[in-house]
Amino acid sequence: MKAMKNGGRIWDPVSECLGREELELLQFTRLRDTLERVWRSVPCYQQKFRQAGIVPQDVRSLADLSRLPFTTKEDLRLNYPYGMFAVPLREVVRIHSSSGTTGKPTVVGYNRQDLQTWTELVARFMTAAGVTEDDIVHIAFGYGLFTGAFGLHYGAERIGASVIPMSSGNTDKQIMIMQDYRSTVLVSTPSYALTLADRMEKMGIGPESLSLKVGLFGAEPWSEEMRRELETRLGIVATDNFGLSEVMGPGVAGECLYKGGMHLFEDHFIPEIIDPDTGEVLPPGSVGELVITSITKEAFPVVRYRTRDITRLDYTPCSCGRTFVRMAKTMGRTDDMLIIKGVNVFPTQIEEILFQVEGCEPHYLLVVDREGAMDVLEVQVEVNEAIFFDEMKKQRAFVDLLEKRLFSTLGVGARVKLVEPSSMPRHEGKAQRVIDRRKL
Amino acid sequence: MKVEQISIFIENKSGRLAEVTQVIGEAGVNIRALSLADTSDFGILRLIVDKTDHAKSVLKEHGFTVNKTEVVAAEVPDRPLGLHSILSILDSARINVEYMYAFVERCGQNAVIIFRFDNPDEAIEVLTRNGITILSGERVSNM
Repeated sequence: MKAMKNGGRIWDPVSECLGREELELLQFTRLRDTLERVWRSVPCYQQKFRQAGIVPQDVRSLADLSRLPFTTKEDLRLNYPYGMFAVPLREVVRIHSSSGTTGKPTVVGYNRQDLQTWTELVARFMTAAGVTEDDIVHIAFGYGLFTGAFGLHYGAERIGASVIPMSSGNTDKQIMIMQDYRSTVLVSTPSYALTLADRMEKMGIGPESLSLKVGLFGAEPWSEEMRRELETRLGIVATDNFGLSEVMGPGVAGECLYKGGMHLFEDHFIPEIIDPDTGEVLPPGSVGELVITSITKEAFPVVRYRTRDITRLDYTPCSCGRTFVRMAKTMGRTDDMLIIKGVNVFPTQIEEILFQVEGCEPHYLLVVDREGAMDVLEVQVEVNEAIFFDEMKKQRAFVDLLEKRLFSTLGVGARVKLVEPSSMPRHEGKAQRVIDRRKL
Repeated sequence: MKVEQISIFIENKSGRLAEVTQVIGEAGVNIRALSLADTSDFGILRLIVDKTDHAKSVLKEHGFTVNKTEVVAAEVPDRPLGLHSILSILDSARINVEYMYAFVERCGQNAVIIFRFDNPDEAIEVLTRNGITILSGERVSNM
């Protein structure tokens, strides 16, 4: 580890400060290796490459990457649960998953080497945010199938920090533990950090009575305004990081203390920015959809995975000394996925739940808003004769049933509001399904 | 001896109730009795009118969600313990009332209670056996 003049450290200076030429050579070698492996062991990729009329040997430079077909969430869905794994299950030591576009989730696996890589990469961005072995890291992400908590947990341990595996929920207890255990680093979604700040304010606890100095926030989009608010109210430096479970989880990219975009770990992932409509690769600096190819993952490699996240890549040098490209905060999605309290929600999932309830027609509208710091999801459902009862007891029971099913499928609470028929905006072609009133 | 009632789903926003009364009023439908059950989001308006089917079809034409249900209209003397006499009969027969509302006849000494039962036939049988007058739909419509 090397101390920089501004006090920031670099976890793996040899890799993180590679010259562009050297980096590209490494990327090419690793890319070819990945392509050979998926060609041999993942039928879906072999089939896709064949359809595109390309074999791994045809990729003779990094520029040839753009000749390869994209991988989408739909491909993962069709190969549920283990069809995209490139190693036998016996080699897999960890399984995580994220919500799918419909009822079934997306399953990802890691072998021992993958977990080691993941841990290293998380250690990189945590170090970049100022975390050291002297820190007490309070992890308020939910532990479970979601990659956030485990990813940050092992990364922080690798650095040598003391980890508090707090998990999510129980805000009062979180605050007590942060005070008593003197947590110095908070890991959570940015909206949950705001909830903590709100609660502290109500309890009359100022940031000076905590020991927090750094916040590592991710798993949902957030704005610069929110960063300023969190920094003032919690008395911390708030940093952003990026990852998605299909690619690995947190540790794909993360900010340094200059907060000028998230360094994307290019020795493990090759990013491209494409036009989401044509699929064409856009010139450096353009805003478009982020596409990622993993070049070191063994159990679950992805080739040109369409993240659906809209961003921009900045190749100009950063004052921190890291040479990796910086990815701007995500600016939106090219699909209709919503991120609610850090949980991915697709309107199609909700449509499916409504379809399963007898008499329910899928005329619905999702209204997302922020009450205080928390996201609230309201599902407006048009009433029809089959789901209208003249007894209030039955009508309420119907609403409760929908709310229960939504919660158990989405993993996040939703409020159901019955509305009169034809009150939804109806458009020619694609119906408007989502109104997002959050000001991000 | 059951009475037809229409129920209308009404979103809790200003002017919706007035729209219902305008639509059926302009269609020449007269309201005999009504009750409104509401939550913060929506309400269920129940009406007994003189032309049930006509009211239902004009409301549907205007985009309302309407259901037709059968309720029981019982007559009680308009005096203290009048309602109680009916309720105690139902209670001792263990008949559950889903909801009820009442109105007083224009002339005469009686009140009319509208009941929604899970099993209206059984309720009618019990009430009749205990000497309670059950009113026909026609009677209620022509009041």
